[in-house]
Amino acid sequence: MRRIIQWIEIGTIIRSLGCCPSEGELHDLIAEVEEEEPTGYIRFEKFLPVMTEVLLERRYRPSPEDTLLRAFEVLDPSKRGFLTKEELIKYMTEEGEPFSQEEMEEMLSAAIDPESNSIHYKDYIAMMVVDDS
Amino acid sequence: MSSLPFWNKKPCTYTMGSGTSTQHHFAFQNAEKAFRAATLIQRWYRRYAARLEMRRHCTWRIFQSIEYAGQQDQVKLHDFFSYLVDHFTPSSNHERDFLNHMFTEKTFPQDAEMEKLSDYESIEVPDSYTGPRLSFPLLPDHATALVEAFRLKQQLHARYVLNLLHETRKHLVQLPNINRVSTCYSEEVTVCGDLHGQLDDLIFIFYKNGLPSPEKAYVFNGDFVDRGKDSVEILMVLFAFMLVYPKEFHLNRGNHEDYMVNLRYGFTKEVMHKYKIHGKKILKILQDVFCWLPLATLIDEKVLILHGGVSDMTDLELLAKLDRHKIVSTLRRKTRKEHGKPATTQEKATPPSCAGRPTPWFLPQSRSLPASPLRLGSRGAPCAGRSSSIPCSGPADAEDLARRVRRSGDLELDRGRQQAGFPGSRAQGEPLLVTPEADSDADEPPEPTPEEWKQVVDILWSDPMAQEGCKANTVRGGGCYFGPNVTEQLLQKYNLQFLIRSHECKPEGYEFCHSRKVLTIFSASNYYEVGSNRGAYVKLGPALTPYIVQYQANKATHMLTMRQRISRVEESALRSLREKLFAHSSHLLGEFKKHDADKTGFISLSDWAEAVESVLRLGLPWRMLRPQLVSSSMDNTLEYKSWLEGLAKEQLSHENIQSSLLETLYRNRSNLETIFRIIDSDHSGFISLDEFRQIWKLFSSHMNIDITDDCICDLARSIDFNKDGHIDINEFLEAFRLVEQSCTEGDASDCPQATNTNDSGCSKPSTP
Repeated sequence: MRRIIQWIEIGTIIRSLGCCPSEGELHDLIAEVEEEEPTGYIRFEKFLPVMTEVLLERRYRPSPEDTLLRAFEVLDPSKRGFLTKEELIKYMTEEGEPFSQEEMEEMLSAAIDPESNSIHYKDYIAMMVVDDS
Repeated sequence: MSSLPFWNKKPCTYTMGSGTSTQHHFAFQNAEKAFRAATLIQRWYRRYAARLEMRRHCTWRIFQSIEYAGQQDQVKLHDFFSYLVDHFTPSSNHERDFLNHMFTEKTFPQDAEMEKLSDYESIEVPDSYTGPRLSFPLLPDHATALVEAFRLKQQLHARYVLNLLHETRKHLVQLPNINRVSTCYSEEVTVCGDLHGQLDDLIFIFYKNGLPSPEKAYVFNGDFVDRGKDSVEILMVLFAFMLVYPKEFHLNRGNHEDYMVNLRYGFTKEVMHKYKIHGKKILKILQDVFCWLPLATLIDEKVLILHGGVSDMTDLELLAKLDRHKIVSTLRRKTRKEHGKPATTQEKATPPSCAGRPTPWFLPQSRSLPASPLRLGSRGAPCAGRSSSIPCSGPADAEDLARRVRRSGDLELDRGRQQAGFPGSRAQGEPLLVTPEADSDADEPPEPTPEEWKQVVDILWSDPMAQEGCKANTVRGGGCYFGPNVTEQLLQKYNLQFLIRSHECKPEGYEFCHSRKVLTIFSASNYYEVGSNRGAYVKLGPALTPYIVQYQANKATHMLTMRQRISRVEESALRSLREKLFAHSSHLLGEFKKHDADKTGFISLSDWAEAVESVLRLGLPWRMLRPQLVSSSMDNTLEYKSWLEGLAKEQLSHENIQSSLLETLYRNRSNLETIFRIIDSDHSGFISLDEFRQIWKLFSSHMNIDITDDCICDLARSIDFNKDGHIDINEFLEAFRLVEQSCTEGDASDCPQATNTNDSGCSKPSTP
């Protein structure tokens, strides 16, 4: 029974189920479950079979933790162990997929070490990695 | 559409990636590597953020469902009492008097009496009093001084409180039900939502937005009191500004401006605690003041502001005409002395719902609403006449009564009423309850008609929903859910632009819905818990474009990251949830056992989720919450007995009190406290042992609690620690360590020290 109605984006749902799609992959998925004439709503009846398939196929699984580490190291070739705040902002907003201002701010607030104004990515990874039990 | 959590908004700007990488990137061997690396990091980040958002959402749901369940309880409680009043045959004069005493509202004093009631002039203010002193007519400086004084944590003397309330009442009486404001005079109007006793938020609003003035109009949209700890101060400030700037400062009534709701949600307690000598007088006059609050405000004939919402039956003309003073409480329609109606004449031939008795207000009106999904398996034909009457009281009857009454709050109650019929055993013409003053004062205002009452309930209790249509608001127990078409219909009918309402807490302090035709504005930040939500207010200029300002009145939370904030609030929500789970331990055990036919002691996690929902009925995503509530489970199974024991250990620290009794009391403690306050109608803080026993008896039969009479007597005696034949509410609640935190914030000397019943050496309730 629907009682209290609050809006959660489809992306949030999919991601919190353990999937780690890129924005592009997410848009494709949404296109699969949307109505012919997009109403802004997704119907559960349509969502369920598609999502079940995604989970069974283990699609969009997050890559292992050390891949994530290597990704940071690509952006930090001199292997300092950290990225400066400006570097992170630049890479997140100029490389990769579109990344909003707000996402950037939130990422920084959690990641940044206020004293050095830099992001020690090994620690950051440890925080972001959630065990999938 | 609602405002989305910010990290899930579609990004508004972006630049393409590797195509524009320039020299200031270092030379990657493969530019694509950088792109992929960045994408990977983003994906991880978004997944992490999504999980946080889920947690936040679950936390919100927990708080909200517990809050609404509490409201439902409140309604059920009052329905229960109403049902008793209508149908219960007291077995003795004693019982009859007791019920009368509880349900008979005191006559509404006439004006002269009301004057006497305020009687503030005789109250002396000692020289030692350093708080603000008011003189009337109030000047703007007085109002400002009040704000300042309260900011410095001073308390206004009872004499001035009463004086102010008296003047407030005089002013309110002249106001129409629907206030009209124009942006011609004051160029902008600021509308604020629920404050719920949170003075910090009010002070912040005045600080940030400016104090009220002829150029700065304000509308406060109800729910000024309850839950927070400074409801009195908020009222004083709001009333003072209203008196000083009557044309620019407006108040709407909310569902909490209601003495019955106040009994449960803390305002009554706050008044009695702050004003020990004059609190009763203050509460009495407040009861009246609340009824005189206007119901709605209209800006430029275009923007309608009211507390809850609307229904498809909302009729602004009727609302404008009715006598709002008649609506004492939106929880019970009948407020005057109950007079028995001869049971026989009217109802026999006519179908029950059309009888002289009004249909219970919480039922959907069949002609206007679509078939409610709640009307499941309507037991065959509509109730045809009355089968059995309620027998006179006796042990078997209590059960019968309990069975019928228990499922109150929904259609069953109505069916029960109809099936039970009217007491056939009573002689014709004998009144249901004999009241001492059987001839009521002729001058008393008549009761509101069912239609008038429903109109007011609807605007004070309804919530918007996304689907089209209009259906009964069963979550709250009052008003309805109204869809976008209902809003559209209303706006068109009265040529309005949009609706502003409050009544619901929103994470961002505000929320648009129904294609921006409905704006919810909620001004109590950190409502559920520190960090739970922002507050907001909205400003309207002559163009009537809403401009929203958000805030959060707690600096500490700004320093925390989103993750930390969510963790704190989450912990608090989970604690409340665990308490609730504990309070239903016996039922849960029963349900678990049903899923464990082989008596292995284990059940699957998905059975666990099913069982928990069927007992608690909070509509929460239990599978998602499971990791936080069940600490260990192997192979997706749970050893339920030890899980329940674990819960109990958390909640209890002494095992001597029979745990099922404790559990029952714990589960019902808000109800019990409310009942206590209802019985204690003179607000003395005491009820007699006998009253306690009586009410417990009635209550336990309603709640199907298995407790013998003896046990109740023992319980009563054991609670009366100082053996004076009276139970003080603190004794009562403290006996089970249920004294609320707010008590400890007040004057410490007034509150009993929290003692362990083991140590105190007092007798404990004996096990039957």
